[in-house]
Amino acid sequence: MTRFVMVADLRRCVGCQTCTAACKHANATPPGVQWRQVLDMETGTYPRVQRTFVPVGCMHCANPPCEDVCPSTATKIRSDGIVEIDYDLCIGCGYCAVACPYQARHIVHKRDLAYEKKGAMQHEEARFDEGRMSVAMKCNFCQSRIDTAKETGQTPGVDPEVTPACVNSCIATALHFGDRDDPDSNVSSLLAENQTFRMHEELGTDPGFYYIWDKKS
Amino acid sequence: MSGNEPQAEPRHQVNWDWRAAGNFIGGGSGSGLVILAALASGTGAPYWPLGFAGAVLVGVGLFCVWLEIGRPWRALHVFFHPQSSWMTREAFVSALLLPVTLLAALAAAPFVELPAIAGGAISLAALLAAVYLYCQARILLASKGIPAWRHAALRPVIIVTGLAEGCGFLLIATALFGGAVVSPLVLLLLMLLGRWLAWRRYLAGLTSAGAPVKALAALNEATPMINGLGHYAAAVLAVAALVTGDFGPWLGALAGAAAIAGGWRLKFVVVARAAFNQGFALPLTPVRGVGAPGPGDKPGWNKSGP
Repeated sequence: MTRFVMVADLRRCVGCQTCTAACKHANATPPGVQWRQVLDMETGTYPRVQRTFVPVGCMHCANPPCEDVCPSTATKIRSDGIVEIDYDLCIGCGYCAVACPYQARHIVHKRDLAYEKKGAMQHEEARFDEGRMSVAMKCNFCQSRIDTAKETGQTPGVDPEVTPACVNSCIATALHFGDRDDPDSNVSSLLAENQTFRMHEELGTDPGFYYIWDKKS
Repeated sequence: MSGNEPQAEPRHQVNWDWRAAGNFIGGGSGSGLVILAALASGTGAPYWPLGFAGAVLVGVGLFCVWLEIGRPWRALHVFFHPQSSWMTREAFVSALLLPVTLLAALAAAPFVELPAIAGGAISLAALLAAVYLYCQARILLASKGIPAWRHAALRPVIIVTGLAEGCGFLLIATALFGGAVVSPLVLLLLMLLGRWLAWRRYLAGLTSAGAPVKALAALNEATPMINGLGHYAAAVLAVAALVTGDFGPWLGALAGAAAIAGGWRLKFVVVARAAFNQGFALPLTPVRGVGAPGPGDKPGWNKSGP
C-alpha cells in the first residue's frame, strides 16, 4: 500500500510563506484562497515566549469527515491516501467545509481578480477555470505531479518534478513529502528519527500531515 | 496563553448562513407538525390543513438549501451518497415525506375524503417525519469542523424543538379551525420542559467539553431570549390557556407562537451565529537546539485540552 503524507519540521520552518506563494502559483488559486498557508503562533508568557510557524492545509486524512458527509461522492480518498474532489460532481453545498476541522476547503462563488480595476492579468485569464467556481476546492498534494511519477518511474518527495510545489519551494527544507508505508522513504526515516504530533488528532481523522517537534532521544 | 494569533483562533465559518438555518427551521417545524398532525388525527380533529402546512414548511426548508448550494442545477447529485452522508439520507426521506404527507392531507380533506387511504398515509408520514427530524440532527452532529454542532447533546435539542414547534403550530391551527385544546397544551408543556432541559444540558456539556469562546458567547447571549420567550412566556401562556375558559384556544395559540419563535431563534443562533470552527492548536512547541519543548496553546478556546 501507499500512503502519501507530508511532514513539517517545526524546528526549521521560518514562516517565509514561500510555500504559500509556490502553491498559489502552481494551482492558480483565486485571491483570498490559500491551499497552503503558514500560521504564525505565539505561545507562552513573557519572558518565556515562543514563536512557531505552522504550515497547514488539507491534512489528507485517512478518515476524512469531508468524505463521509459529502452527499454527491465528489470527495474521494484515492488508494494512495490523497483526498481529491471531482469538480464535475460537487454541488457546492459546503457540507464538507463545515465538516473539515482544518479550514482546508474553500468555495468561491464569483471570480475575483488581484487588481479589479485593471482587469484580469494575463496569467489570470490563461488559468481561469470555470469548473472550480461554486464548488469545493482544496490542496490535492499536486496530484497531477504524483500521477506523473507512475509514468516516469520517479519518486514523489525525492524527484522535484513529481513532488508538491510547496515542498519543492521550501527554503529551509522544513517540508517533506513521501510514502509513509514505504519503510525506506524519506518521510518514514523522518518519522522514525523524530518525535511528531498531528493536528487535532483527538478528533479521529487520522491526518496525513505530521509535525516534527524534537528528535527522538 | 494566547498571543496575537488571530489566524489560529476559531473563526466563524462562511459557508452556511441563514439559508442553512432556514432548512433546520422549516424542516424541523414541518416534520414536527406532521408528527403532531398524525397524533391529532387519532382524536378526530381535522388534520388535513396541518399536513399541508407541514409539507410546505419542509419544502420551504429544502428550497432554502437549494438557494445556498453553489451549483443548484446539479442538485440531484445530493442523492449519490446514502452510505454515509446524512444530507443524502435527509434528501431521500424528503422525497418520500413530501408526497406521502400531501397524499395524507389530500385524502383527509373534505373535498376528497378517502379515509381508508388517509389513516395509513398520515401514520406513514409521521414515521417519515420522525426520520427526517433525526436526519437533521445528525447532519449537524457530523459537522466535525464546528465544535458547537458536533456535540452529542445538540441532537436531542434539535429533535425536541422540532416537536415543540409542531405542537405550537397545532395549537395555532386549533384556535383557527377548532378541536381539542387541553391535550395539545399539556403536550406543549411537556415539550417545553424537554427543550429547556435539553438546551441546559447542551450548554453545560459544551462548556465542560471545551468550545470556542466566541461560540459559547453567542449561545449564552441568546439564551435569555430563547428561555424568556420560548420557554417561560410560552409555559405561562399555556398554563393560562388551561385555566381560562373562553380565551383558552387563543391563549394556547399565543403559547404555541412563543414556543415556535423560541425554537426558531434557537436554531438560527446555533446554525448561523455559534458556528465557529475548530481553529488550530499546538500541543507543544518545538525544541530548537537543546532543552524541553515549550507549552502548547489552543487559542480562542475556553479550555486548553482537546
